[in-house]
Amino acid sequence: MSPTPSKKSSAAAAAATQARSSATGFGGGGGGAGMRLIVPLQGVVQGRGGLVLGTLIPCALFYFLQLYLRRNRSPPPTSPQPPAANGADLLGIVRSSSRNFLSARGSSGHAALSSRAALIARSGDSPYFVGTKKCSEDPYHPIDNPDGVIQLGLAENRLSLDLIGDWLARNVKDTLLDEWQGGLSITGLATYQPFDGLVELKMAVAEFMGQVMRGSVSFDPSQIIMTAGATPAIEILSFCLADAGNAFLVPSPYYPGYDRNIRWRAGLELIPVPCRSTDKFGLSIPALERAYNQAKMRGVKVRAVLFSNPSNPVGNLLHRETLRDLLDFVTEKGIHVIADEVFAGSIHGTEEFVSMAEVLNTDEFDRSRVHIVYGLSKDLSIPGFRIGLIYSFNEHVIAAASKLARFSSVSVPTQHLLISMLTDTKFVIRYIKTNRERLRVMYALLVNGLKQLGVESVKSSGGFYCWTDMSKYMKSYSEKGELELWKEMLNVAKIHLTPGTACHCIEPGWFRLCFTTLTEKDVPVVLERIKRLVDNH
Amino acid sequence: MRVIVPLQAVVQGRGGLVLGSLIPCALFYFFQLYIRRDRPSSSASNLPDLAAMPRSLSRGLLSPRGASGPARLSSRGASVARDDDNPDYVGLKRCAEDPYHHSSNPHGLMQLGLAENWLSLDMIRDWLVSNVKEPLLLDEEGELSIHGLATYQPYDGLMDLKMAVAEFMGQVMQGSVSFHPSQIVLTAGATPAVETLSFCLADPGNAFLVPSPYYPGWDRDIKWRTGIELITVPCRSTDNFSISIAALELAYNQAKKRGVKVCAVLVSNPSNPVGNLIDRETLYDLLDFVMEKNIHLISDEVFAGSTYGNDRFVSVAEVLDSENFDRRRVHIIYGLSKDLCVPGFRVGVIYSYNENVLAAASKLARFSSISTPTQCLLISILSNTKFITEYLKVNKERLRDMHALFVDGLKQLGIKCARSGGGFYCWADMSKFIQSYNEKGELKLWDKLLNEAKINMTPGSSCHCIEPGWFRCCFTTLTKQDIPIVMERIHRITESN
Repeated sequence: MSPTPSKKSSAAAAAATQARSSATGFGGGGGGAGMRLIVPLQGVVQGRGGLVLGTLIPCALFYFLQLYLRRNRSPPPTSPQPPAANGADLLGIVRSSSRNFLSARGSSGHAALSSRAALIARSGDSPYFVGTKKCSEDPYHPIDNPDGVIQLGLAENRLSLDLIGDWLARNVKDTLLDEWQGGLSITGLATYQPFDGLVELKMAVAEFMGQVMRGSVSFDPSQIIMTAGATPAIEILSFCLADAGNAFLVPSPYYPGYDRNIRWRAGLELIPVPCRSTDKFGLSIPALERAYNQAKMRGVKVRAVLFSNPSNPVGNLLHRETLRDLLDFVTEKGIHVIADEVFAGSIHGTEEFVSMAEVLNTDEFDRSRVHIVYGLSKDLSIPGFRIGLIYSFNEHVIAAASKLARFSSVSVPTQHLLISMLTDTKFVIRYIKTNRERLRVMYALLVNGLKQLGVESVKSSGGFYCWTDMSKYMKSYSEKGELELWKEMLNVAKIHLTPGTACHCIEPGWFRLCFTTLTEKDVPVVLERIKRLVDNH
Repeated sequence: MRVIVPLQAVVQGRGGLVLGSLIPCALFYFFQLYIRRDRPSSSASNLPDLAAMPRSLSRGLLSPRGASGPARLSSRGASVARDDDNPDYVGLKRCAEDPYHHSSNPHGLMQLGLAENWLSLDMIRDWLVSNVKEPLLLDEEGELSIHGLATYQPYDGLMDLKMAVAEFMGQVMQGSVSFHPSQIVLTAGATPAVETLSFCLADPGNAFLVPSPYYPGWDRDIKWRTGIELITVPCRSTDNFSISIAALELAYNQAKKRGVKVCAVLVSNPSNPVGNLIDRETLYDLLDFVMEKNIHLISDEVFAGSTYGNDRFVSVAEVLDSENFDRRRVHIIYGLSKDLCVPGFRVGVIYSYNENVLAAASKLARFSSISTPTQCLLISILSNTKFITEYLKVNKERLRDMHALFVDGLKQLGIKCARSGGGFYCWADMSKFIQSYNEKGELKLWDKLLNEAKINMTPGSSCHCIEPGWFRCCFTTLTKQDIPIVMERIHRITESN
């Protein structure tokens, strides 16, 4: 007998499990708490009908086990490959003789991708990609292309780009030239720098975050890992906190990008925890509890709760009390919590934003399970600069993430540019104030316009979106009805919105409208187009 | 292996009663016992946990805040966090703490473990200073360009930069091959380019064959997150560390026997650390090999423009052009960090002939895209053809001089280097100075070089070299004045051995 003991026992254990289930089936009354022991040759000893159960089953299992082991053993070197195992591959390629008398070049089968890549390459037909493609092919322009598609599906703020542009126009030359003039500084600019960001940038960003949160909390630069955008920040954090096959609980509706950021490469499962329109899509701890228990029952390990605050897509803020409850929940379950606060500075309501960091400061929680994702793409409206960060209270996460930053570090010239921009405190303060004002005006304009058409939106306080209820215009109250309406809006009304299903919203008929890529002149056009659609129904 | 049929004795009359019945029956009996024993014990092992953390009651009568166990990392996260004590990190850290400077810190550590080229930084600086006259990032159109600069752009790079990079790659290869911008995916450095490609080509548990010695960073780039195994295929000093197809074949078959699926062969050309170039014939053989096995070929050509020897560099793209191979299995890694010496800019390239790989990689570029201001800066540097031509020429000359100087210096100390034609390194044989001919002896010498001679080199074992006593010395961070000092320091060690 050649098989190794480990192989044998694992195969046999599987066989035994099978046997157990079949045994309960045969024996009756054998299930439940006290499993009946089937003794070999029981029939002979006790006279009870154990001959079949006690002898034939194990003998048959043993026989199949031998066959199984025999099939899996590698064949002796001289014998030909077993054609059954991978015959398809072999047929395409002539193996040993190919190089002598037949050119192998260009003859064999196609080069296969990994299964995860195949999945990613296929994901091109979601509403997001379809709509964005349509918008880029036929973009709206008030003069050049007045019948083009209006893009309301992005997550970009163009309201205050002029401020950034002005600053750059005034300072780029000086900033960069200062860096390049000295002999030493070219070394600092072009050569390898810490992958997780320059300390000066971390300091400037920590300062900026404090300003954004209106001084309610101060951030420590040593807890910051810079990455090339918030997207890789979330991915790196996912790699650090969970293994493939583990899960995060995510209150839904949630940002559609999470599916790409977390599932594609990290291989995690996202479990949506539905929030209801009746609660204004507020987060509910009992729903989290339920989802956690269900996952546990399925044997899936939940490693963290991930939420966005201000919420993307809804735009509501989490209350201090809810944040405390969340911290209680994750502490009780021994899991992590990730707060995505990329919109922290883009508040347009009257409510005050409360950061997870602030709650941690006021109460005595276990900080090592709290992680914040932030970025400058939203609050400073420079997504093209690709600046994201992980702010973690866990030193091991910081250690791992700073090493993983090698896969996603920020270009040094950009870091220098940002250092001088962010340290220009006067500019930053003016920018934050002006930007909020403009967000507020634009939001009010759009929401009021929609209201006049009879389209209601959830009251929101932050972010770039209106979360609107168009369920009454759907033909059927279902996901299908929603997507039909979405298609009609894209193709007939020529506006691209994000449908609620893309955000895993459990109630059909909700749409996300990004209002920050519009100008005030565009708003009537958008409303007119929606009106046309609404009137048709 | 004879199959033992149950109740063989009854059927065939041969003495199989014991073998055919008693053994399986006994095994079955023990399995039942085993399962039975495991069931109660599993619930018992959970009990202590439950006692420490009262679940449902906790929120009512006991504050759970700060009460439960520590927040754990994932196993992959923890292993990354732990990976701290290999020579690479130790050496880097020590050099950062106490860097050599000829006047201010003459007894500091000299860093020969980096992979950077400082020889031609002055040219890049001069270009920047003299060309950034206008606010470079905003062109005449003013407002339009801030849109292009600050807003979301394609994650896989601006088309203009792809075109400029394709052009630059062609220049680097001295016009022997032309590159197509649509086959390019740009990433934030060659490191994420390798990782993204690995994600696309293999699943966790699959393997790449990698001729060794190889670039130590691959262990981090490929193993950390993608979960792919790297199978080293040892090259020998007797062949000047060139790739042997027979060794690849052997490693492939061994992996197959273990049940590990090999998805690709990964080579660097010019090789890091050895610095030798792969000749045209070997490239043909490699392509034949991957075709025959139906796997991919990844050629890391980040040093393509940093050649200094007499051998001409041959890109795998050139070989593909000249013959009728299946191109879809060939992928090239490139970057500007080495050949344009701007590693701080973080620009890497995946150049693939496989449209599915390109589709997947361009989507994955969302995790590692290049900042737009940097892209704009690079477009203007790279489209200045005159500057680039001059730069490449001068850079090669400087590399050649420095390499010759360094190799001669080592030769005078009795240290031989492998024959090389490109890259920033000398691959030096110091095996006669190690006390025991094994990895331990090598690391001891490395330690001595670091602490006594105050020189940080990369030991061969970090590069998975099978023969102990080889060291990688980067000569491009030195000035000519530094070389005598390096030699003097090495001499002190070799003398005492």
